[in-house]
Amino acid sequence: MTKEASDAFAPGKTPHFEESAKVSLADTQLRHNIGKATRSIREKRAVSVEELPDWQELREAGRALKERTMRHLDEYLLQLEESVTRAGGHVHWARSAEEANRVVAGVAKSHDAREVVKVKSIATEETKLNEYLENEGMQVFETDLAELIIQLAGETSSHILVPAIHKNRAEIREIFLRELGVDELSDDPKDLTNAARLYLREKFLNARVGVSGANFAVAETGTVCVVESEGNGRMCTTLPPVLVTLMGIEKVIPAWQDFEVFMQLLPRSSTAERMSPYTSFWTGVSKDDGPQEFHLVLLDNGRTAVLADEVGRQTLYCIRCSACLNVCPVYERTGGHAYNSVYPGPIGAILTPQLVGIGKQGSDSLPYASSLCGACYEVCPVKINIPEVLVHLRGRVVRYRKDEGGLKGKLDPENVAMKALAKTFSDRRLYEAAQKASRIGQWPLARKGSIHRLPGRLAGWTEARDLKPTPRQTFREWWKSRNGS
Amino acid sequence: MAVRVALFITCFNDTLFPETGRATVQLLERLGHEVDFPLEQTCCGQMHFNTGYARETIPLVRRFVKIFRGYEAVVSPSGSCVGMVRELYPMAAKLINDRQLLYEVEELASKVFELSEFLVNKLEVADVGAFYPHRVTYHPTCHSLRMLKVGDAPVRLLENVRGIDFVELPEKEECCGFGGTFAVKNADTSVAMLSDKLRHILDTEAEVCTAGDNSCLMHVGGGLERLRAGVKTVHLAQILASTEEDTNR
Repeated sequence: MTKEASDAFAPGKTPHFEESAKVSLADTQLRHNIGKATRSIREKRAVSVEELPDWQELREAGRALKERTMRHLDEYLLQLEESVTRAGGHVHWARSAEEANRVVAGVAKSHDAREVVKVKSIATEETKLNEYLENEGMQVFETDLAELIIQLAGETSSHILVPAIHKNRAEIREIFLRELGVDELSDDPKDLTNAARLYLREKFLNARVGVSGANFAVAETGTVCVVESEGNGRMCTTLPPVLVTLMGIEKVIPAWQDFEVFMQLLPRSSTAERMSPYTSFWTGVSKDDGPQEFHLVLLDNGRTAVLADEVGRQTLYCIRCSACLNVCPVYERTGGHAYNSVYPGPIGAILTPQLVGIGKQGSDSLPYASSLCGACYEVCPVKINIPEVLVHLRGRVVRYRKDEGGLKGKLDPENVAMKALAKTFSDRRLYEAAQKASRIGQWPLARKGSIHRLPGRLAGWTEARDLKPTPRQTFREWWKSRNGS
Repeated sequence: MAVRVALFITCFNDTLFPETGRATVQLLERLGHEVDFPLEQTCCGQMHFNTGYARETIPLVRRFVKIFRGYEAVVSPSGSCVGMVRELYPMAAKLINDRQLLYEVEELASKVFELSEFLVNKLEVADVGAFYPHRVTYHPTCHSLRMLKVGDAPVRLLENVRGIDFVELPEKEECCGFGGTFAVKNADTSVAMLSDKLRHILDTEAEVCTAGDNSCLMHVGGGLERLRAGVKTVHLAQILASTEEDTNR
């Protein structure tokens, strides 16, 4: 049943974006589901943002806070460790996914846990924690409704916030009928939710260990924060006696006061709400209330390398609101799976290749999965200039190909063409000669006024678009004849 | 007040859309300004830069600065090429840590304008005396809209054209799917985006789709022509240059 997930964070090769996109684009159900869902979310977001007269200032403040945090990340992380420890929690440092998973599994095993309940967390998807724990003999239950659907379907998430965005209710009903052992079920969202609730309640009460991610962790107080809509997260973080939180190191914020900014930016950007239904905070452990053991795992897994890149660094400002996905014309049509990563959409296109490192075929194609339309930058609540980072990463991919790709990289047709064009453009006479040559060179292609088929790598253009042929007179020829020069 | 304007035609318009260049010259001269066309100009380097060839772009940045820095205003009928000069040249200069170049491009950037913003914001002219008796819709290209923030300048110009039947484009702010080399590298996704853009254009029942960028118009126009849709693409400059005496442009 389980569809083999090809993912940039899993070992082995992943397909190029354009190959995977071709498959997604042909899925009419998916196109319809995602088109409808993203349109609806982005319209609601626009309305809720409109309510705040100081939205642009808030974005500026959000960016400034993240900038400062990243500049002093080492200090804030040590402060966080101290605060969490003081509040009775345990802090673990994990350089890689493997190290993080080992820590979580170790904690669970020390409590003989057979079942683990999870809050929705992309960091744990990045580390493939579920697979790891299952291999260690544990059963892992996703408790977020959408994550549950995905887990039961044996698929992977296709959206940061709405992992099952590619599924409609008829499809969800099918999955529940098959996997939850219910006999009768309508596709009414109420009935579907109720079926999931009945199934999950028992899991919450039985599990000895809860696992969560984190939206924020406050260095000053050691407080961890999860923002969610369903309340399942609060069940996971309060019912099991042991709680483990796995978070990327970039999620730390300096002070409690910073919530003033982030709690205005996040809910409106993600779900278009003024406030999320459940915002949970916990600081270490409290006697006789909630989990009596708390572990915080701080995950690097490529993040310090991102931090070292001055242009790429802003990628770490992301608060995972997913507004960029909902406005992206590429994402809207291809959906999340085409990105072959737990981080899809515009933010994924810049985060994934940096986390796994430039030079991996599949993820190297991601910075090109954008028309650079800039809609993502416009909505980003912490003003990540995604188009700037995309272009920067394209540069790193090109340099990698040239420097590490040997003769093959140098003889790459694109590289050769770009070099030749750069030379042409650097000299007026070469440029004017090329203009003339393009007029002569096109005659076998131009039929009755327009070009219907281009050769080689350019053929993609004429698959669905005609091309206007080069006219007889360039502008400069007209100018020269008019001005007699 | 007459302004001496340097026309930054862009290699794309120079080679493929000379009629847009001619219209820009006619329009600016009709409004009483003096147009100069520095013949040394070639390409701003946008395609190289956006495809990842930053090193190859730098000599083109230096060339551009040398050719255009002496003018009081540089005007171009292309939002994306102006975006390159104004927004991305500083980024290119920072990339190679060249403070002198950064200073020069920043100084030049304040004098480089996309045609519609030059007319409406700089010259404060919304009525250019044009006549164009056709049903027209306008696609606000991404770089004009989000990079240059030209706002409603093009629409104000169009609304003042006599004889025009202007109709708003649904979902107008969404990208047409061109994106330079994106249209070839990710042809399938690009075409999927285009098909929705074409649907919206056809819904307007316009005869003409206009924009401030011929690259996007070539993309949209290529799709319309393949479908024999009966809608043509015409650059904004050509509509604004049209007069009562010359309505068949």
